[in-house]
Parts: sequence; structure tokens; C-alpha cells
Amino acid sequence: MSRPRGPTRLSKPYPGSRIEILNDASLRSEGRRPTELRAPTFEVVPGGADSADGSASASMGLTSVRVEVFGPREGRSRAQTLHDRASVNVEVVWVAFGEAGRRRRGRGDRRVAELTSSLRDTFQPAILTALYPRAQIDIHVHILAHDGALLSTCINATSLALLSAGVPMRDLVAAVTAGVHGSTVLCDLTALEEADMPSATVAVLPRSGKVALVGMETRLHVERFGEMFDVARRAAGVLCAEMRAVARGRAREILDAMDSGPAVLREGENDSGAVMVEE
Amino acid sequence: MSEITIRKRSLEDAVVTQRKFFKKTAKGKIIKVIRERYLRDDIGCGILHCRECSATSSPPPCLPPDGALDHQQFPTGHFVLPDTNVFLSQMDLMESHLFRTPIVLLQTVLEEVRHRSLPLYNRLKALVKMEDKQTWVFYNEFRSETAIVRNEGETPNDRNDRGIRKATAWYNTHLSMTRPPIRGKQQKLLPVVVLLTDDVANRQNAEKEGMPSVSIRQYVEGMKDASQLADLLSAERDESIEATVASRRPQLYPDYLPNATVLTGIKAGHLHQGHYNANEFNYLEGSVSVPAFAKPVLLVGRENMNRAVHGDIVAVEVFNKTDWKAPADEVIDQEVALKNDDVEDSDEEGEPLGLVAEEQRILREEESARQAAERQPTGRVVGIVKRNWRAYVCHIDRTSLTSSSKTSISQQTVFATPVSRLLPRIRMRTRQAPSLLGQKILVTIDRWDSASRYPEGHFVRALGRVESKEAEQESLLLEFDVPYRPFGKAILDCLPPEGEQWTVPLKGDDSPEWRDREDLRDLTICSIDPPGCQDIDDALHARKLLNGNIEAGVHIADVSHFVSPENPMDTEAASRGTTVYLVDKRIDMLPALLGTNLCSLRPYVERLAFSVIWELSPEAEIVNVRFTKSVIKSKSAFTYEEAQLRKDDPNLHDELSEGIRLLNHIAIKLKAGRIAAGALNLASPEVKIHMESAESSDPIDVEQKQLHETNSLVEEFMLLANISVARKIQETFPQTAVLRRHMPPPPENFERLQDILRKRKGLALDVSSSGALAASLDKCIDPSEPAFNTLVRIMATRCMLSAEYFCSGSVSPDTFKHYGLASPIYTHFTSPIRRYADILAHRQLAAAIGHSTLHPTLHSKQHVERVLSVVNRRHRMAQMAGRASVEFYVGLAVKARGEKTARVVEEALVIRTFRNGLNVFVSSLGIEGLIRFKRDIDFDAENYSVTVDDVRIAVFDKVTVRIEVEQDKNTQRGKVKMTLTSPVDSSALQ
Repeated sequence: MSRPRGPTRLSKPYPGSRIEILNDASLRSEGRRPTELRAPTFEVVPGGADSADGSASASMGLTSVRVEVFGPREGRSRAQTLHDRASVNVEVVWVAFGEAGRRRRGRGDRRVAELTSSLRDTFQPAILTALYPRAQIDIHVHILAHDGALLSTCINATSLALLSAGVPMRDLVAAVTAGVHGSTVLCDLTALEEADMPSATVAVLPRSGKVALVGMETRLHVERFGEMFDVARRAAGVLCAEMRAVARGRAREILDAMDSGPAVLREGENDSGAVMVEE
Repeated sequence: MSEITIRKRSLEDAVVTQRKFFKKTAKGKIIKVIRERYLRDDIGCGILHCRECSATSSPPPCLPPDGALDHQQFPTGHFVLPDTNVFLSQMDLMESHLFRTPIVLLQTVLEEVRHRSLPLYNRLKALVKMEDKQTWVFYNEFRSETAIVRNEGETPNDRNDRGIRKATAWYNTHLSMTRPPIRGKQQKLLPVVVLLTDDVANRQNAEKEGMPSVSIRQYVEGMKDASQLADLLSAERDESIEATVASRRPQLYPDYLPNATVLTGIKAGHLHQGHYNANEFNYLEGSVSVPAFAKPVLLVGRENMNRAVHGDIVAVEVFNKTDWKAPADEVIDQEVALKNDDVEDSDEEGEPLGLVAEEQRILREEESARQAAERQPTGRVVGIVKRNWRAYVCHIDRTSLTSSSKTSISQQTVFATPVSRLLPRIRMRTRQAPSLLGQKILVTIDRWDSASRYPEGHFVRALGRVESKEAEQESLLLEFDVPYRPFGKAILDCLPPEGEQWTVPLKGDDSPEWRDREDLRDLTICSIDPPGCQDIDDALHARKLLNGNIEAGVHIADVSHFVSPENPMDTEAASRGTTVYLVDKRIDMLPALLGTNLCSLRPYVERLAFSVIWELSPEAEIVNVRFTKSVIKSKSAFTYEEAQLRKDDPNLHDELSEGIRLLNHIAIKLKAGRIAAGALNLASPEVKIHMESAESSDPIDVEQKQLHETNSLVEEFMLLANISVARKIQETFPQTAVLRRHMPPPPENFERLQDILRKRKGLALDVSSSGALAASLDKCIDPSEPAFNTLVRIMATRCMLSAEYFCSGSVSPDTFKHYGLASPIYTHFTSPIRRYADILAHRQLAAAIGHSTLHPTLHSKQHVERVLSVVNRRHRMAQMAGRASVEFYVGLAVKARGEKTARVVEEALVIRTFRNGLNVFVSSLGIEGLIRFKRDIDFDAENYSVTVDDVRIAVFDKVTVRIEVEQDKNTQRGKVKMTLTSPVDSSALQ
């Protein structure tokens, strides 16, 4: 080869500083269009680790999260029990290999603490906690790999895990992260994109259209926000349909295994999730 | 509204879709990074009317269906698909408007260019957008058929080459698939997509795989405009240069010597200390004036300049005489030479070898052209005695940006290009780079490591949009370090409490204003100033005495009455040093109340003055002179023109007109006497800027300032007053008198000018004394070219030293002489409103005549020296700021004129020739400009001439130039650009 070679690019001052967020043909750095979501995988795993009542894993592209749900069960500590409803506990564990550089994030880590409180605030109103006074629902979130849209993936995984544990909810909560690049709204950001642009995570209860959470850590002009918010909300609806299909598939599996259950569900005509409590 | 979809892919194709690589963090940790990739089928081929792609493609396709048909080798039509190296090394060719073949630009190529060189990448992006080119970016890495994965053991280069070949193959199949033969019709021959590469191995592989490929040279030879395009081909790269991965950042500059070594070295005399001056024409050269040598010490090349920045005080080591060099005669522009330098490359990969090689080539080439005869001391910087870094006004270099999206908040390393050509580019990190584009910003230098090619700095604040008047004005003031903040309360408290209502109190013995003051209110005094002058600091009178002699008086505003020593107002005035005049703004030294009202010698009101009154013989010899504080009441305020008209009107016989005539009569004699004594008549280009209206301050045109006889009248009397005062204060305070001198220039300064004049015009310049110089300057006349004399005067002025204030006790009395005015002693007394030195002279004169006691600080030599060094510096800066302001407005005016008449063509005289350009002076606009020739021209250093297309142009030749103002693409700097229109049109050469 006669090409004069440059040094092998081992190092760069800023990761991805040479990545073009959106090119002239409006393709993103990995070949998506602005409003295309990454390939998601949702899995509802029965039992899961140890004695979990429900567990699920979700991934968006390379971001991958696994959630286990324990409960509703009797409150362990008396101080935390609420006499009129169940309390929701969230614990987030960021595994060492879950991030480039094997950075250890303990419980005191700011981002972990923030994820924890965001998740609790999202699910506390979504779960029908009043059905289980003095009980406790524990949600354990394991972050296995991180490539952007972490909070929304956590929310989606938790939703499914709660579903698999049979915890009654108002609706399946679905979340999507969106950002603004120039005047274009991008859906489902990767870590690279998140570092470059203002973004927000929007979680919705799709059937009622209610918004469970809007989380934004960057500054953004208020005029841009409306459009971004709207796209994120619609995208959450799309993703929710995907999650429902997975849930229904899982329900069908179980029913097939038991060879029973309502015929409606088997034929897949019911649109709602199998174990949802209707409002 | 856009549809939201999920881009699904199966887990199995993760291998194809994921990209894995390792990177090293700043701390040296190795991290594995995995990136996803989504393959799609809706990536368009970009060819018009393609059956498959047209519908799905965004942006709309732009390649003609049959490609280009004018190449000999490909009669059926073709598209070119260049590989990365084509863009890396032949960008000029690809950018040429003659290269019209439709280009398929692969994503692989685009990204590789981006990784290798950001500036080239930005040029490439501009090329894609060019109107007269047809370039289609094909995102081959995202199209399922053309995406490839790196094989085990394959280098990134090989992988990319394979990808490029695969895309070429796909294009050719795509062309045949989408144009199947139609039955019954003659099968039309299909156009081809040609792989353009200089890589032999790649071409061989392509041949094996059965696709057309061609080298650049071959390709160009078959083109229509082959002869012109072949010129644009850059030389093949030296293939032996292989970049190696540096384990550490290599050191680019030698380390400085320890401080102690430097100081002892300077004391011992083998090191020399001086101010570092960068060369504004050649960024690879600088000089340091040191007392030990008559000529400044030359520093050639980056390493010898060793991180010195214009204005630093440095220690230099002078080489052996055999290594001495002559200054370069080539224009080397940093922005042009280094336009492809990469911000980040220079950061961590040390040195892009290509650039070093390029710089060394420039230096070598230049070296061979240097003339042996003009050798001067040459050396290198070994230490910095004192850095004089401050905040510099800069622009962000557009090509150094990685992302220019307005919303991008990622941290980027960018180049800030200082407005001043004397400074190197500054590297800085910022998160707001995109929003700073097109703004003037303030950047300070923080450090300059020996391993970093450029100094590192940080953003201070934004001044505003480029070319907005506020930003330009503020940047000017900052650039020349002019203090321009409004006066504070403590300062304003020093003003008389009556404010605007202040008047001279009624005459009486008890009022302090009238103590020891002469009542000159009845004298017929008038002032003569430029139109619109608000701070009138001088007024004149003259009358015949009974003994036949003439009494003439110069009355200067008595500023020292209002500004007492060492109060806040005085301290502020001392630190400001001078009032700065910009074209549309005046930055006062004293609060406006004093300057434009209380001290301004307005007509018809009583004002305090300091008068110098002479008794002169009719032959203008001084019989007697006295100085007194006074109260005057000016009878009229004339402009130069009004005074001139009044003097010339034979019907007017009133006292004022007679007074002016009398003054003029004496002034003529005074001038004659001065000239006889050897005073120089120097010239500087002065122009006047016409404003459209007072409010808009948009300049519409420029013309040369007109001088009236009355200008010289006022000047003569001011000189006379200054000289008389200088004598008086020097007599009374021989140790601390504030004087002004102009040192005679060393004869070496004139050598070059003398040589040019002798060779070009056969004229001799006698520089033995100011008188001789004045006489020989008068003889430098070219009857056919009236501007020639002015030009020679301007050039002679540049050879001289500048005048300076000094304290009489600090230097030996035989150096008091003022060279330009040919006066043995001189000071500044006549403009105390706008110059601080004059206030000091006023105080000293007041003490000398026993009006008041001298403030103790004015008895201290150190104090006077300290104040005067500040004033000297401010004075210099104010001049430069004023000039720069005029330049900016001339630029605006040229632009305005250009908009009206499409182009501005002016006559100009050549003042300097370079190996690749000319420096010309346009006297009608008072500006200088550089004409650069890109192609090499014949340069004759001995005869100061260049030969362009068989036309010889030499110094002092008259040429016509077209003047345009163009915005520099990178720096957003409005730049006056000149091109030669006659005798040769140089626009093609640039």
C-alpha cells in the first residue's frame, strides 16, 4: 500500500469530537434518521434472580438494563411503612462494566441518586399503591451497559418488570429521550449525542396521554421545547405498543403452557396488556 | 410532521452493524468503545431519474444521468469516485471550477478526511455545496449492500480501500440494473463510475475485480482543460515519510534557560535583552532590537523565535557571524500557509509531519532567495524576561470547528485568530464555539508549552458582531490598550461644583481666579481650528506696536488651574496620557466638562488662559517674550477655511482680519527660518472621511485632507510657543523639565531607501543632517508623478525614529535636539486638554514665573520619568488606534463606493516588492495594500522589481489596482483586497 499512513488513532482529546451528529442527508452518526428509534429488545423473564416476583430486561441499542421487582410484600422497616398505601423503593446498581472505563459508581454517586429518585417519582403515582396499605414494593435496577437514553430505558424496563410481577398499574409507563440539534428533533439519543445537545426524557401513560415525568438537565430555548416534547411523547406511544406486544406474547406463552385462559386474549384481540388493571 | 418509527435489526447482524475500537483517555487508560450501525436500503445513488433511488432520496439527486461525456477515456459518460488521498493532497484540483466531472463522494472518504484534517474536511464540505459542481455524497457505510466490516488483521486503510472499491462496484452494477436493455431499441452504452486513486495497490485490486480505475494524473491528462488543470496537481508526496505514533508529545521548541542563567548572561553581555517584534508580513520571522547592534537581531523560524509573542521582553543569543542572515523578502501569511493545520492534531499527536515539512520548505526556499549582502545579526530566543501578554481581540477560525450546529454544547478546541497579524493563532477550548462564530471576541493567552505549536488561551468575552461599529470600535480600543471607561465619581468630584454654569468671577482682588492674572479680555483674540472642533485649547492674537515691532500672543487653555496635582482626576489623566481621536469617537483624557466647556477657549465668553506673548521684530525675530496667566475673551472661533477666506478678502479691514494677516505674515517668516535651519517637511497619508449624516455615521467617501495656509499659521505659532516654553522651563528646572525630543535616525535606516532611489530614479538622498535630508527630499521630484514626492517623504518618515517625551535631567543635554523640527529644544505646551505632558509643562511654567509653587512630585526625576514613559506609550498607541480607525472607515467607504459603482479602481504606487507580491500605496485613499501572486513570478531583489507575464514592475512604478473589501472566510475579518489591473491583470494570478 502506498498510502501515507497517519498514526493509528488511539487517542483523542474528547471522545467522539469528530462525529457529525446529523449529516447533510439527515442521517445520524449510526445511520438512523432523526425520528427513528434504536432497535429495542424487551424481555419479560419469569422469576429472574433469586426470589424476585417479576423481572424484565430492556435495551435500546447498546443501552441495557435489567430490573427485578419484589413485592408487594410486607414492609421490612416500620419507619418506612405507610398506613394507607404501599411504599415504593428503588435501588439502582450500576455494574462496573456498565460504562466505558469501568468506573465504579456507588450508591452515593450523583447520577445514581438522581436515577433512583426519578424512577421512584415516576412509578409511585403510576402504581395503584392504595391497594396495598403498609406494603412495600422494591424495584432493583441493574445498569448493564450505557449508551445514552439511560433513564428512559430504566423506566421501560421497570414498567415491564412491574407488569411481570403482577403489580397493578394505571397504565404501562413508556419513556423516550429526545434532543434538539439545530432545529431538528432527534429521538432516542446515544451517549455521544447526549453529550452534544440539550435533551429531555419524557415518560407518559400512553392511554390517558398523561405525562409521568419530564427530566431535563440542560438549557434549552422554550420555543424549541414544545416540539421536542411533542416528538418524545409520540415516540413513547410507539415504543409502548412494542412493549405491549412483548407483554402479550409473554402472556400467551404462559397461557399456552397452561393451555387455558380467555379465548379473546389468545386470539390477540384485546388491545390492552394482559395483567393490567382497568381503570 | 415526521413519522416516528423503530429501526429494527436482528441480533444476528450485530457483527456487521457494530463497530468496535479502542481509545485512550487523557489519563492513559484504554477503553473499548462499541458503536452501533443501522443499515438501510433508502440511501440514494444520487443520479437523476434513477428508477430505484429517486423517490426515496433526500436531498434531491443532482448527478446528471449520463455523467460527464467530455473525457477521452470514457466516451460513454462517467462519474468519478475519488478516494481519500485525492482530497487530502489534490484539494486545489478538485476545487477548481474547471473540474466539472460529477463526483461521487463516499461517506468512507468523507469521514477519513475528517479524521485526518479538519480544515480540509471543511473545504470538502464547501466543495459539496458549490453551485457549479455536481457532487453527491453517498453514505455507503449505511447502505446494506455496500457496508463492510473490518476483517481480522486488516488495517483501517485497507478496510476503507475495500469499502471504496465495493461502493464503486455497487454503483456500476446499480447503473446496469436500473437501465435494463429495452427490447427493440439499440442498447445504449452505460456510463461508468471510475475509481480515482493514486494508490497503485488499490488500482490493481480494482482491476482484478473488474472495475475502471485511473490515477489522477492520467485522468487529468484526458480532460478537456488538461493543461490548466495539470498546474493544480500537487507534487506527489514523499512516500518515505511515515508518521510514527509518538509515545510522548514531542518537544517542538527548545526549553528556556533558567532565569538566573538568563540574567547573568545579559549582565555578562553574551545574551541580549530587548522587545520582541513580530514581522507582519512573514509569520516565521521576528526581530529584537538590542543596544549592542545597530541593526535588530533577526530571528528566523519557529524554533528560533521560540514561543516569543509580539511585545514580550526576551533574551536572545546571537549566532556566529557566519550564520547571519538577511531578512526575508517574501510574504508568508500564517493563515494561508497553515490553513490546513488541525487544532487537535497539534494538540496531542504532536506534529503533523506534513506541516513541518511545509514550513521547512518555505524557509528553505526563502533562504536561498535571501541576499547575502544584507546580512544582519541573527539569533535565537533563549529566555523570556517578561511576558507582555494581555487580552487580544480575535475571531474564531471557522475551519477549526468540529461542529457548527448552533445548539451544540460539546466542548471543542478551536483556533482563535487575532486581528493583529503580529500574533500567532491561539488555541482555546470552548463550549460555545458555534455561537461565537462571526463575533469579535477577547482571548487571553494562558501558556505556551514547549510541546505545543500554538499558545493556549481562553475566551474572555464577546465584543459583538464583526463589522458592527460598536464591536469594531471597542476592539480597536482594546487592541491598542486605550482606557475608555467613563470617568468615575471620585474623578468627577474634582470638577468645579458649578458645572456647566461655571464662569470667571468678577474681577476683584479677593477671588483666587484673578490672583496674579493679567486681564487680556480687551485683546482681539481669535481661535482657528478644524471644523467641528469642540476642545479649543489655543487662541491667538497679534497687533502692531508703536515702536514698529509686532506683539503676538498665543493663549492656551489654563487646564492646570482646574486639574490640581495628585488628585484623582490628575491621576486618571496621567494614566490616560492623551485624548484618542477615532473617526467617529473621541476618548477624552479629561472629563468633557473641562475639555469642551470650561477649558475650551470658546468665543464671546471669558476663559482662563496661559499666555505666551512675544515682541517680534518685523523680521520675526524674538525681541522679548513673557509668560503670564490671563483671562481672555475670544472674539471669534474660525475654521481654517474661514480664516483663510477672511485673510484673502481684500475688502475686510476689521481688527480680526488684520490680526490674522499679521499673524500670517510672521508665520511665513518663521517657517522660512525653520526650513533654513533644516526642518523637515514630512508627510503622512492623511485622509478625511465624509459621513453621510451626523447620526448614521456611515462613511460614504474618502478624500485627502486639504491644507490651508492658515493651518501652517497656527502650527508655526504653536511651535514657537512650545520652543519658548521649553527654554524657560529647562532654564528654571534643569533636572526635571518635561521636554520632547526627536533623535536623529541612524544613517543605516536609510540605506535601503537610498539604494532604491539610486537604482530606480537615479536620485541621491543625503542623510548627513536634517537640513541635507530636507534639501534632497525636495529634489526627489518626478514631474510626471506628483504623488512621488509625497511617497518618498512617507517612506523617509518610516526610516526615522519617533519623537518622545523625556525628563531633562535623565539624558545628556546634547541629545535634546528635535531632529524633525530642527530645534535645539522642544516641549509640548499648547494642547493641555488632550495631552498630559502639556499639563506638566504648564505646571512647571507656572512655577517658573512664580505664579505658584511647583508640586513636589515635579521635582522628582523618577516621578517625571515614570509619568512620561506612560504618556509616551499611550501617545504611540493613540496614534495607532487613530490610524486603525481611519483604516476601518476607509474600508467601509471603499465598500460603499464599490456598491455604487461596482468596482473601485485607483492609481497606486509600488513601495515594496516581494518575491511573491507587491506592496502598494494608494494615495487617494491613504491606504497601503498587499498584492499577492500565487504563482511564482520573477523577482529581482537587486533592482527591486518583479516581472509578471513579461511586464516588469518596480518600486515607484505607477500601477492601477482594483480595491475590494472582502470578508476573510475564516476570520470574518473585513480585509481590503487589492488586485492589479494594469499594467498586468493579476486577478488570474491570485
